[in-house]
Amino acid sequence: MDIVACIKQVPEVAEAELEIGRDGSEIDREDLVMDINEWDNYAVEEAVRLKESHGGKVTVVTLGDENAEDVLRRALAMGADEAILIDEESFEGSDAFGVAKGLYRVVKDLSYDLILTGAQASDNGWAQVGLILAEWLGLPFASLAMDIVINGDKVIVHRELESNTQEKSELSLPALITVQTGINDPRYVSIMGIRKVRNIEIRETDCEKLGLSETEIGSEGSSVTSRTLSLPSSGEGAEMLTGTLNEICEKTAQIIRDKGGID
Amino acid sequence: MEEILVLAEHRRGKLRDITFEMLNFASAFASQNGVQLTVLLLGQDISEMADRLENSCDNLLLLDSPELGSYSPGPYLQALEKTIQERSPFLTLIGHTAIGMDLAPPLAARLTIPLMSDCLDAMLDNGHLEVQRQIYGGKINANLRLKPFDQYLVTLRPGCFSASVSHDRSAEKVAIKPPDWSYFRRRFLEYVEAELADVDITAADILVSVGRGIGKPENISLIEEFADAIGATLSCSRPVADKEWLPKSRQVGTSGKTVRPRVYIALGISGAFQHQAGMKNAETIIAVNKDGRAPIFNVAHYGIVGDLFQVIPVLKEKFAK
Repeated sequence: MDIVACIKQVPEVAEAELEIGRDGSEIDREDLVMDINEWDNYAVEEAVRLKESHGGKVTVVTLGDENAEDVLRRALAMGADEAILIDEESFEGSDAFGVAKGLYRVVKDLSYDLILTGAQASDNGWAQVGLILAEWLGLPFASLAMDIVINGDKVIVHRELESNTQEKSELSLPALITVQTGINDPRYVSIMGIRKVRNIEIRETDCEKLGLSETEIGSEGSSVTSRTLSLPSSGEGAEMLTGTLNEICEKTAQIIRDKGGID
Repeated sequence: MEEILVLAEHRRGKLRDITFEMLNFASAFASQNGVQLTVLLLGQDISEMADRLENSCDNLLLLDSPELGSYSPGPYLQALEKTIQERSPFLTLIGHTAIGMDLAPPLAARLTIPLMSDCLDAMLDNGHLEVQRQIYGGKINANLRLKPFDQYLVTLRPGCFSASVSHDRSAEKVAIKPPDWSYFRRRFLEYVEAELADVDITAADILVSVGRGIGKPENISLIEEFADAIGATLSCSRPVADKEWLPKSRQVGTSGKTVRPRVYIALGISGAFQHQAGMKNAETIIAVNKDGRAPIFNVAHYGIVGDLFQVIPVLKEKFAK
């Protein structure tokens, strides 16, 4: 069971206050911690679990700058066997097609029974790259997986639908599956664990080696001509409670009593 | 023909809200740009659903086939590919739902049409399509202007337009010919419903809901004590259920439960749209979050910018007997 996992490094924004950079088209990333995209972390864990029960190897692929080596090392520490880094230079400003082109050129020559990736990335949230890749590779696919069970040359997938419902489907292998968060419990990665894999060589490639011209990728190859970012207006509609902590809590308690019908 | 094509979405014989939300968007878009509004309904035994759509569009294309009984991407893609190739709609609209997320990217790849996914709105400006999106978990708004193409594919985020649709158009129903179905390597087996839960969060008058800001599972007992003190039920957002700190049955949001309590208290929940979709109709929403720009404050009625670990102990004291 050879598995390829496509992963991405993203800025950690859940707890951060974001600012928009000077040109208005990107956020200011200076103070942000970079980490593996949350969905991709679950994908790596799922890949390693499937390898542990069915044998084979796991190859992780990312498209990023030199710092993206961190997420590859992290995946290796989780149990992946090989790692490939596609240099993102020339890919900057790519849309989902552009990113998928880079991944496609690498993945098509790898050995795989299953390709896993996160259902989406927390930065742009396109939720496109994985399934575009599936279509180009001519693979059956399923998105938003909450459960993956290998059954001979088939795989049974539970897809997450709306309203507490799942769809159970059967795919023939090889296949591509995008993973939803919560599918498993990703293992903890220690600094020691990352140290242990520091000598594993990471294969590096770039658009030139992959035979991609700069007009196919990056902003030239993108369907988007410009992007303007803005911060949502803060607390639109909400009455913000202010004062000392005690005053705020006094007001809040009164609201809860009044609106909740507590005497 | 100049037209906007909407893919009707349904499950178990019922049209889903996103279908009507797309129609509301598409009707305004069609009128503004002087194009026809066409709906494509794929399924099996679809006549009742077709009746509900015929007065909300200009053309209603029907494909009734056993292959389309429950959604699976193989036949859907084949039918959509054929329809789009034959009609060349300027804009094809699909819901950004579990179906649309499964369908739109491979469709875009197959037809080489640019896809703008998870859009909150879209408009035409001098022949350029412009779309509004949210990125970084709803913390940043992005306005994207596209290069000129003959065709575009857009998936629309649920909940951005009203689902009550006007009946000011009329369409002739046109049965379209099925494609020569291929052999499909993905097969729908069945729907699986979540198991019954210990507690029904949809029945609670007051919900105290915890999110990622809770930090670690040990902190949940603090919130539980507070919930007990005010007679509330504990619920959560996705990250807490993903980590299994609370059972999935307590999750509020698109893939969890939709709740409508008298009071909803969101603690350390940033408020991604999937969460908002599950709680924005609560009568009163109180949110506590460290980030004053967290999207939760856009649906909350009362907001507290602060650390929930400072706020909750003091707030709990106010309810001590």
